[in-house]
Amino acid sequence: MAAPVQSPVDTQAATTQTMTIGKALNNGLRASMEADPKVLVMGEDVGKLGGVFRVTDGLQKDFGEHRVLDTPLAESGIVGTAIGLAVRGFRPVCEIQFEGFIFPAFDQISSQLAKLHYRTQGKLKAPVVIRVPFGGGIGAVEHHSESPESLFSHIPGLKVVSCSNPVDAYWMMQQAISSDDPVMLFEPKKLYHSSALKAPVDTTATPDPLHSSRVVRHGDAATIAAYGPSLPVALDAATAAQEEGRSLEVIDLRTLSPLDLGPVFESVRRTGRLVVVSEAPSEVSLASEVAARVQQECFYSLEAPVQRVTGFDTPYPPAKLEEHFVPDLDRVLHAVDNALEW
Amino acid sequence: MPSPEQWTRPDPGAGPAATAAQPSPEQVIAGLRATTEGGAELTQLLTPEGERLEDSRFDPYLADIDAEALRGLYRDMVLVRRADRESNAMQRQGQLGIWVPLLGQEAAQVGSGRALRPADMAFPSYREHGVAYTRGVDFRELLGIFRCTDHSGWDPAEYGFHPYTIVIGNQVLNAAGYAMGQKFDGKVGNADDADNEATIVYFGDGATSQGDVHEGFVWGAVYDAPVVYFCQNNQWAISEPTERQSRLPLYQRARGYGFPGIRVDGNDVLACLAVTRWALDECRHGNGPVLIEAFTYRMDAHTTTDDPTRYRLSDELEAWKLKDPIERVRAHLARAGSGEQDFFDSVDAEADEFAAQLRDFCFNMPDPPPERIFSEVYADTPAALDAQREEYLSYLAGFAGGEH
Repeated sequence: MAAPVQSPVDTQAATTQTMTIGKALNNGLRASMEADPKVLVMGEDVGKLGGVFRVTDGLQKDFGEHRVLDTPLAESGIVGTAIGLAVRGFRPVCEIQFEGFIFPAFDQISSQLAKLHYRTQGKLKAPVVIRVPFGGGIGAVEHHSESPESLFSHIPGLKVVSCSNPVDAYWMMQQAISSDDPVMLFEPKKLYHSSALKAPVDTTATPDPLHSSRVVRHGDAATIAAYGPSLPVALDAATAAQEEGRSLEVIDLRTLSPLDLGPVFESVRRTGRLVVVSEAPSEVSLASEVAARVQQECFYSLEAPVQRVTGFDTPYPPAKLEEHFVPDLDRVLHAVDNALEW
Repeated sequence: MPSPEQWTRPDPGAGPAATAAQPSPEQVIAGLRATTEGGAELTQLLTPEGERLEDSRFDPYLADIDAEALRGLYRDMVLVRRADRESNAMQRQGQLGIWVPLLGQEAAQVGSGRALRPADMAFPSYREHGVAYTRGVDFRELLGIFRCTDHSGWDPAEYGFHPYTIVIGNQVLNAAGYAMGQKFDGKVGNADDADNEATIVYFGDGATSQGDVHEGFVWGAVYDAPVVYFCQNNQWAISEPTERQSRLPLYQRARGYGFPGIRVDGNDVLACLAVTRWALDECRHGNGPVLIEAFTYRMDAHTTTDDPTRYRLSDELEAWKLKDPIERVRAHLARAGSGEQDFFDSVDAEADEFAAQLRDFCFNMPDPPPERIFSEVYADTPAALDAQREEYLSYLAGFAGGEH
């Protein structure tokens, strides 16, 4: 599980293109739609407009209005009809425009989508993908910056993943669409168009399994576990710590349900220290679950309590205050210091 | 409640039509009254007294319903009612955790269910035991849900009958999506009608207040989906009358969504069969969706946990007994000389045998083993869930004799 996040750049290879996360998601969608005529894209403004973040840009033009559906404005309707389409044999990919608007669909997701396979003991499958732009840092009004992934990770029957880089974005999209289980793909909206994160994507590479976490930077002093929009700050912290002679290991959790904590346990057994970074409020969260599982599995290896650097246990604040709310470099380094100096 | 003599019959020449979307106060009052009386626009082909009414619009949809077919519908309803009563009794005896009676709604369910073709798809709520029966689902397969040994037994694809949906209204959206899929698959509007398909979705008067039902209407309409919204207005959402859900008669809501709405006598199996056949036909030819309000009555409780004496008068039930869906067919068959006593007796005997088999099956249903808890949560099971299952099973195995 210690594969590097990026393959060596081969600028000669026609199969390798450098792209942003947003473009990688778009290319991943396109690849799935080309491979399987049953793949549909549906959501608000995903057609002509290409989505408010342009992740579905150009798809309706190339695949037609019956493959890329501009839906009525109702999230329960998007997911509820996607379930019916999936029962019919389609593979719908739903876009929820912003995570804060997903709650009208919560009922269909938890009552129907997540339970259809169990209720029918596998006679019905629900291969629906729900794409959710999430997280803060874009200076938006209320309901546009939240991190509700823990709520969905708590629901048995659903699978939940989050990407943090273009390579994962490209492959996770296709793997989620291929999954016979419903998958929610939480996309870090503030990183969609980050040119700093542009990376070469080799479309002939063999991707890591969808439900696997991955060490993205090796170190031995302490471990940072993060996912989605929190990966850059975790890596920045490791770089800063390196300048002070401290070598931090960074793990991209990638899969939030089921969690793949084997690499985290292995890492913590070496470092003895863990910092979990997430934008979501910490109480009853994924960060808390990781902390609980690590204390259970690595009890005798821990040199310090697991540190959680998260959003506060408040609603997302007005965006003028979000720099305080979203874990930043100083807060992560502060937590690392706490773990090292315990 | 009106007596059968006051029951308003439709003008055979005037087809059902939706009225203006902005009701006057007079219309509101008329609508409320219609909600309890059926109203002038009720499509009825067989009166409570068993008199067959001619109807130029819908009679063509009954061209194949001869005396034998009508006896078949009678038999369907008697068997379904008998199974329903047996199941209700088994709940009282502690054999079922709960039962959801359909008593009084046999015509709505058998009539609409028999209108479906094998390739069509039905999405039930949780009271559609009669529809399940018409789809070929073994009545015994329904019991696991209510004995709490499973959540849904049958194969939906095999029978064209989706699992029961207990969350009110969810299935209307799922059905709209399925119907969109039928259209995307090219199963609508083909010159060869055998290639065409449609979907029907069942829900109650209470469900019409749910956002999912509204959204299901919107989706079906804007995508021209071949879906029949079949609302069984049984007058009561547990304790709440239809007036608590709507100012307008429910079928008139269709106009606001841009598709036809029609109110049918839900206790008239012929009307339910004909109107549903018409609606499915419209859908298969690209003229969907259609809303049908089957005006009926829940003659028993909401479920076996309910006590209707707390919220409605027994007079009401007595009045509806005069409109019984089975008795009017029996009266008609007897009048027309199509039903001898021997026939009725043989159906009753068959129903008793049907119930006895159901009873025997129910009493012998085994509890599922503990590992069933972990079964088929996912198509691709996460290792951590397998580990949780193994941990619990080995914990159980640690008890003497493997029993806890």
